[in-house]
Amino acid sequence: MSTTFVIKNGLDIKLLGEAEKTIVDLNAEKFAIKPPNFLGCFPKVLVKEGDIVVAGTPLFYDKYRDNIVFTASVSGKVEAIKRGAKRRLLEIIIDSDGKNEAIDFGASNINDLKKEDIVEKMLKSGVWPVLRQRPYSIIANPNDAPKAIFVAAYDTSPLAPDFDLIVHGQGDEFQVGLDVLTKLTTGTVHLNVDSTKTTSKVFLNSQHVQINKFSGPHPSGNVSVHINRVDPINKGDIIWYLYPQDVLTIGRLFLKGRFDSTRIIALAGSEVKNPRYYKTFVGASIKNMVSGNTTDGDNRFISGTVLTGEKIEKDGFIGFYDSMVTVIPEGKYHEFFGWLLPGFNKFSFSHTFLSWLRPNKKYRLDTNIHGGMRAYVMTGKFEKVFPFDIYPMQLIKAVLVEDIDLMENLGIYEIDHEDFALCEVIDTSKTEIQSIIRKGLDLMRLEMS
Amino acid sequence: MKALRKFIDKQKPHFDLGGKFQKLKSAFDAVETLFYVPDKVTKTGSHIRDAVDMKRTMIVVFIALIPALLFGMWNIGYQHFLSHGEQPDQWTMFFYGFLEMLPIIIVSYGVGLGLEIVFAQIRNHEVNEGFFVSGLLIPMIVPPETPLWQIAIAVAFAVIFGKEVFGGTGMNIVNPALTARAFLFFAYPSDMSGEKVWISGLPDILPDTFSGATPLGNALVGNFDQMPTTYEMFIGIIPGSIGETSVLMILIGAIILLATGVANWRIMFSVFAGGYIMGLLFNLWGLNEYMQMDALNHLLLGGFAFGAVFMATDPVTGTQTKKGMYIYGFLIGIIAVLIRVFNPAYPEGMMLAILLMNVFAPLIDHYIIESNISKRLKRMKIAIKI
Repeated sequence: MSTTFVIKNGLDIKLLGEAEKTIVDLNAEKFAIKPPNFLGCFPKVLVKEGDIVVAGTPLFYDKYRDNIVFTASVSGKVEAIKRGAKRRLLEIIIDSDGKNEAIDFGASNINDLKKEDIVEKMLKSGVWPVLRQRPYSIIANPNDAPKAIFVAAYDTSPLAPDFDLIVHGQGDEFQVGLDVLTKLTTGTVHLNVDSTKTTSKVFLNSQHVQINKFSGPHPSGNVSVHINRVDPINKGDIIWYLYPQDVLTIGRLFLKGRFDSTRIIALAGSEVKNPRYYKTFVGASIKNMVSGNTTDGDNRFISGTVLTGEKIEKDGFIGFYDSMVTVIPEGKYHEFFGWLLPGFNKFSFSHTFLSWLRPNKKYRLDTNIHGGMRAYVMTGKFEKVFPFDIYPMQLIKAVLVEDIDLMENLGIYEIDHEDFALCEVIDTSKTEIQSIIRKGLDLMRLEMS
Repeated sequence: MKALRKFIDKQKPHFDLGGKFQKLKSAFDAVETLFYVPDKVTKTGSHIRDAVDMKRTMIVVFIALIPALLFGMWNIGYQHFLSHGEQPDQWTMFFYGFLEMLPIIIVSYGVGLGLEIVFAQIRNHEVNEGFFVSGLLIPMIVPPETPLWQIAIAVAFAVIFGKEVFGGTGMNIVNPALTARAFLFFAYPSDMSGEKVWISGLPDILPDTFSGATPLGNALVGNFDQMPTTYEMFIGIIPGSIGETSVLMILIGAIILLATGVANWRIMFSVFAGGYIMGLLFNLWGLNEYMQMDALNHLLLGGFAFGAVFMATDPVTGTQTKKGMYIYGFLIGIIAVLIRVFNPAYPEGMMLAILLMNVFAPLIDHYIIESNISKRLKRMKIAIKI
């Protein structure tokens, strides 16, 4: 494949604190699986506090799709089952015994297996939830036959982890993972790489998949952008997607026969003293990663990127789908005449601050909103960071008025809330656009099911 | 500065729910956020946010208006002393105009902001900064001799019926500043047109060769021998509404708006293009002297440039789609020149052209979005066939 898809509209936010390309062992003591990570899932717990589990032991399942089970990522003891308001299940915390024992699901040659066997093995071992579907970003339905499967082999978010480094030396596992995927779809498996930055042989020498090259600023690495350019979603279409570490997890399941959820996590952000990569398992506590490794002062710990990540405590747990942890300063301060100053050091996509004269400056950005919420006044701005043939403002307003038909017509199936992250960042009116879009997607899902 | 912060923090509880001044919460918020950007942090979604906010956006427009405003003040003085046949120094002229202008600005902001605060309080919102710009635009598009009570009524009408009945800034259909101007024009026509209103403190007996009429007024009645030169119209040393005479100063404002990206170049460009092309068409037709006037002069005359730069580009009342912006701007240019030349009742067509297109903007957008929708449906049908 020699054609490169060039994405023009977007914005690379340059932040301080990129992770150094070295990998160290994290040795986390606690791990947790967080049901809120799985959109649309109603968890039913299968374990009690104090139970002994190993990697692959079922912890809970989805009430409405009971074949989808979620298993422990390490061996140890169930320390706590945390619930929030209305008894919503928040976390199942496992105290690791460090032995890393696992249930043996049996290694197998992928060529001998039928689709049903593959699906069953992935479901039973708890690997299945790595597969998600568009639209809606919920866990894939095992009974569906998606028209294509997309793997994003690079990430363009601010401070994003380098997937080339993460998959280094794991070519076999990756290829087996891809082979599994080719058996799950009637269509093509697309491996999407950056036209210049992706250099890893693991990606570029992959077999049985279609490699598509992309270039351009964020969100050119988002799955929705890839789908939109390569094989757009129409009403009724289903596409599955996943990320390289998930492909490795699938590969290891079939090579070794066990749920090996090894994850390499990038720790980045302006407040990290030693930003680098850590090797651990899914759901690790960030405690050992950040304690003594961040600046004093009030910091925000994010599982994921600054654009779409989830706020966690300094001893919180990394989300199921996240490959990075970001630490940035909190912004709880009043700025005197902040809106009036020339603003040489203020980050802004607009040219209303003089900082636009220094386009390559890297910023130490905090969590201050920089203004109050207003009705939408500025128009034509979102389109500049939104590389779809979709009218973003009109779609947001369609969601706000809950007009199902209009949402569908304006293309809500083709996008996900993460695609609106940049719109939310640059919004002059300071509205919570990602939550609005998420609500719209959830509404559509309920309406269509 | 810490003392001020402490003072504000100390007063804050009085304005919160249950405090003794809770009915003034919106006013207090407006003052607090004027001095200090709030300390709110992100809760959901993106953890970082752009430094730009509504205040910053509006202050940019405000700054862009200042060259035209200062020139307008000077021009009030210049025209006044010219009509008296006097030639004082530049500062005297400016100061005269400044004193004429100041009460108009104070009345405009006083009435407008007062109403904004009342509405924000009723709705339990923060005060929107939209009037920050409208409040300065209104004084700049009225004749210098407009009575203050008329301005007060016009501002109240514009804020209430042009904006707040629709839900406030961001929801309005028509441009509030132009609503105020239109209100004045139709409610007090005798004070808004003719030859006596464009120059402040006009003496009863005019010097010879001095009429006080605006170039547009002259053009309408066919006094083409009294038209100023292109140079005079570009610089702006002609009678007219306060802020709109100097195309040069308006262009400086346009550069500020375009460089900062606050105004959309598509609209601005296509308004000028539409006006110029309509002028050229009239040249070809050439029935009367007005039609034969150089097409470029149409862009310099009256409120055309001011409207194109500051009014048509209003992001709320204009079209919001890229293609729509070209259509919207182009039609404004065409209609403005059309009204000028053809309609003897309205010497200036810009105000009406923009208001008319404000009303049509959602329709233009509707059809452009419909075409996007049908493109999507078509893609689906092709996919099903395959």
